[in-house]
Amino acid sequence: MKIPYKWLKEYLDLDVSAAELGEKIERTAVEVDSVASPSAGMKKVVVGEIVAMEPHPDSDHLNICQVNIGEAEPTQIVCGAPNAQVGKKVIAALSGARIADNIKIKKSKMRGVQSNGMLCALQEIGFPESVVPKEYVDGIYFLPDDAVPGASVFPYLGMDDDLIDIDVTPNRGDMLSVYGTTYELAAIYDQTPRLNHPDVPENTDQKAADLITANVDKDLAAIYKLRVVQNIEIKPSPMWMQIKLWDAGIRPINNVVDATNYIMLKYGQPLHAFDLDKFHGKQVNVRLAQPNETLTTLDGNDHETNPNDIVIASEDAPIMFAGVMGGLNTEIDDTTKNVVIEAAVFDPIRVRKTAQRQNLHTDASQRFERGVNHGGVQEALDAAAQLMHDQANGQVAQGTVTGSDQDVQPVLVDITIDRINKVLGTELSVAEVTSIFTRLGFGVEEHAGLYSVSIPSRRWDITIDADLIEEVARIYGYDNLPTTLPTGQMTLGVLSPAQRQIRATRTSLEAAGLNQAISYSLTTEKKAAQFALQPTALTKLAWPMSSDHAFLRTSLISGLLDDVAYNEARKVKNVALYEQGRVFYREDDQIRPTEEEHVAGVLTGTLNDSTWNDHEAKVDFYQMKGIVEHLLRDLAVVGPVEFEATADYPDMHPGRTAAIFVHGHRVGFVGQVHPRVEKQWKISETYTFEMNLQMLIDMQKSDDQYNPISKYPAITRDIAMLVDANVTNQQVLEVIKKRGGAHLTQVKLFDVYTGSKLPADKKSLAYTLTYQDKTKTLVDEDVTKAFEKVEKFLESELDAEIR
Amino acid sequence: MSLQDNLNALRDEGLAKIKATDNLKSLNDIRVALLGKKGKITEVLHGMKNLPAEEKPKVGAFANTVRDTLTEALTSQREKLEELALDAKLNAESIDVTLPGTPVAEGEPHVIQQIIDQMCDLFMGMGYQVLSGPEVEEERYNFEMMNLPKDHPARDMQDTFYLSSEILMRTQTSPMQARTLETHDFSQGPLKMVSPGVVFRRDTDDPTHSHQFHQVEGLVIDKHITMADLKGTLLLMVHELFGEKFNVRLRPSYFPFTEPSVEADITCMNCAGKGCSVCKNSGWIEVLGAGMVHPNVLKMAGVDPDVYGGFAFGVGPDRFAMLKYGVDDIRDFYLNDVRFLTQFSKKG
Repeated sequence: MKIPYKWLKEYLDLDVSAAELGEKIERTAVEVDSVASPSAGMKKVVVGEIVAMEPHPDSDHLNICQVNIGEAEPTQIVCGAPNAQVGKKVIAALSGARIADNIKIKKSKMRGVQSNGMLCALQEIGFPESVVPKEYVDGIYFLPDDAVPGASVFPYLGMDDDLIDIDVTPNRGDMLSVYGTTYELAAIYDQTPRLNHPDVPENTDQKAADLITANVDKDLAAIYKLRVVQNIEIKPSPMWMQIKLWDAGIRPINNVVDATNYIMLKYGQPLHAFDLDKFHGKQVNVRLAQPNETLTTLDGNDHETNPNDIVIASEDAPIMFAGVMGGLNTEIDDTTKNVVIEAAVFDPIRVRKTAQRQNLHTDASQRFERGVNHGGVQEALDAAAQLMHDQANGQVAQGTVTGSDQDVQPVLVDITIDRINKVLGTELSVAEVTSIFTRLGFGVEEHAGLYSVSIPSRRWDITIDADLIEEVARIYGYDNLPTTLPTGQMTLGVLSPAQRQIRATRTSLEAAGLNQAISYSLTTEKKAAQFALQPTALTKLAWPMSSDHAFLRTSLISGLLDDVAYNEARKVKNVALYEQGRVFYREDDQIRPTEEEHVAGVLTGTLNDSTWNDHEAKVDFYQMKGIVEHLLRDLAVVGPVEFEATADYPDMHPGRTAAIFVHGHRVGFVGQVHPRVEKQWKISETYTFEMNLQMLIDMQKSDDQYNPISKYPAITRDIAMLVDANVTNQQVLEVIKKRGGAHLTQVKLFDVYTGSKLPADKKSLAYTLTYQDKTKTLVDEDVTKAFEKVEKFLESELDAEIR
Repeated sequence: MSLQDNLNALRDEGLAKIKATDNLKSLNDIRVALLGKKGKITEVLHGMKNLPAEEKPKVGAFANTVRDTLTEALTSQREKLEELALDAKLNAESIDVTLPGTPVAEGEPHVIQQIIDQMCDLFMGMGYQVLSGPEVEEERYNFEMMNLPKDHPARDMQDTFYLSSEILMRTQTSPMQARTLETHDFSQGPLKMVSPGVVFRRDTDDPTHSHQFHQVEGLVIDKHITMADLKGTLLLMVHELFGEKFNVRLRPSYFPFTEPSVEADITCMNCAGKGCSVCKNSGWIEVLGAGMVHPNVLKMAGVDPDVYGGFAFGVGPDRFAMLKYGVDDIRDFYLNDVRFLTQFSKKG
């Protein structure tokens, strides 16, 4: 809400700059979005009087105006406004002026005729079109007749003021009013505000109750009051009121509607004015909307009502969405004579829902949603009636028609000085705290440090002692609080074993050259279904914003492939990424998916770019597999790690993918992304792995990884063999390890050869076998014997030809 | 010519030759020619057997002196030549040390991860546990137990992705307050925890909004935790993450789950507090929300607010990273451009 500084000064003695005031509000109460003067950056915009006007000879719409700008001779300005008129006081931007959007005005010729400036519309000097009075939207603005030619226009338009735009938190609805903000500032600056209160002249014998009655559902409107003002004269509001309205962002309309808006700004109580003569009967009903009821609102839009909307109905016809916006059918117009003013408290939740449903977020709904002062309804109603009497020559009918009402009493909250100091960490005295409560305008009773604080209804946000502690803290000033750290019983702060292993996983993969990625957990339906380690139902958002982020991922790989695609599209060809995060599995009958920690990686291009002294090596299956092996070694899971060719994963290359088994449990897979899927993502050859990290975390870990180093020398033997092409390394290793004897400590593959020198269905494999005894030096003969046994079994079991 | 003269001549000739030698091979040849089995000195010494007995010791001693002199000269010349040879070799081996070093392929932790780790490490040092909660949350924990009943207007501030009427993508890490409050055994000591994680909001992605981002929740509950403790804790965190020269100020705010509620600003990193366009001339940047845990939150979790109380805070690592490094588009954190990721090397 934008609050004009001058308005506040009517009630308080404030001599600080607007910027300082804004800062104070922000530090003590609510956020301040901006403090700015509407005329900031503008100059040489003065009152001009059109003294003569003739049509431009070469134009069908321009006029050549002679404008009195307070100098001896009028100045000539060419103007295209359709409403330019001799005798009117207008806004003249002279040569050298700056107007809105930092536009500079210069002398110029318009179709050959000299023009020494520009006559301005309000929009051209920074008014949002939404606040410009309707009659001036399409033309220049007419200043009051008594405006002095040559004087700055800013004071006439309220533009010399500063506007403080406060961003009110949901609990401080009381500050959505000038009075509320005044009370707040009175507390901050320790002043007593000079507020005025209405004195309604009921200057007719007519009783309001004879003109109208209200039938109210109390659950919908806790308070519902009407006054009637008769024989009013519709005209524009006085300038001072128009200025306050447009400064606050509200368009002036006429003296009746403006009065209701002005009172809303002043008191925070939304009001509505109906044209009594447009009512269908004498009864006003406050009720829920009925099926098939429609309403055309004041903005001209048609709405279907919802059975949960509160409507005001004249007899049976809805005339308003209660607390939101009135209907066109009872609008105040130029012919209105008799007005019904409504002041009420509507159910905030229903108002909020209606505003959302009908997409009608109004100044009124905004206030009802946050609550209004239940104790201030009558005063606001009276103030509006008085304004209509004063400014529209209205006759205020006798009495208020009350459809529902409440006995509003101050709320009593008890608190002790010790409690306040204990929570804040302060040593405030009773006198200091009493002073703060008094400044806030609360009633205070205190005995031996025990307070009973009486909260006026205008601060409906305060109901418990914690609320009072906040009041003390902010008025005392957060800057004045001491700075300490919690003390008390020692607690242990260490990572859990699972957290440690997740960190180890990250460190391990980073050491292997992969950068950590964090991708989106929400993805498309298609991608959500790809690469899952296990069959699962997909989890869909009830109301996704877009199909790109509609389903929960069941694999990390699809997100990583998005990342690869993003990089490749930007000519980054080498991508090495990993991600550690949750995937979401679901059984068909489950609503809430199960979250599981996973880890995945992608490699494409090369891990080591070519350098001046080395060629780049394109990533391949074995590089990705090496990273997986490295990670599993770092995690120290107990039990053998095995890789088994698999075609189980439809999104993976069927000939280049291995399932990963740890201690016999399938924990994931590693391999090349299926070329068809690579095409889907528009990426080049990419290798990937994904493992269920939760499974790895839950597995037993080896605590005892140390093996004493033998003091005795090792003996190595190399073996090369020719085997059928389909014999795997795994098979050969199994034979060697099974038949290698007690002293075989290591088997290392050092060469694989297929090619022109060998038959097509054969390959050559070569291994180094290392033998070592921890207790003695091995004898050559023993090793030879063991080695020959391996050779024999390779021949017999795998049909190997030893070379 | 006496034997002695002979030896003198051989010595002088030998020393001259040794000095003139410029390579190890000819030096060795000189050594063999003089001191070898068939060398000239050796020959002279063989001639000693013909000398009278009384001269033998005298000549013998002289001969030994000559031999030692020559040996010494040979050794020193050899060392000299070896040194020269090594110098020449090293000279030939010299390389262009300005050529680039061989790159080490090492990955980097994500910048948001770095900030989360830094925070967790700081708080663990102060005895906080690190806890992670579910990303798909029950509405009860995400809202109700955080004092946000259905139809609370503050729910509008957090547009939510629902899976069903009861299940949603958590909009904040705050539900971990309720979850830990429910389970913590206060007889074992105070509750001190931080909970980092990813959260979701129904927002359209743009430079300052992301439908997915991170939060770190902090919670301390004990019998005598004060707002001053909150202030000190936030100051310590800001010093750790941004540096000692950054200050913190608290402003009143509103969160349903804390009372009093504050927002914390830190000194603007762009202008060091002088005021600039980044901080709208205030010198301060809003970085986090915090407050004293609302009695309703304690009550709903079964903790007596008359006995226990404390503070909570919620920090956005994404925002921290944006401020700390001047990242101007939050989407960069989730697109994983390698050129972006590799800029944030671990600085400890």
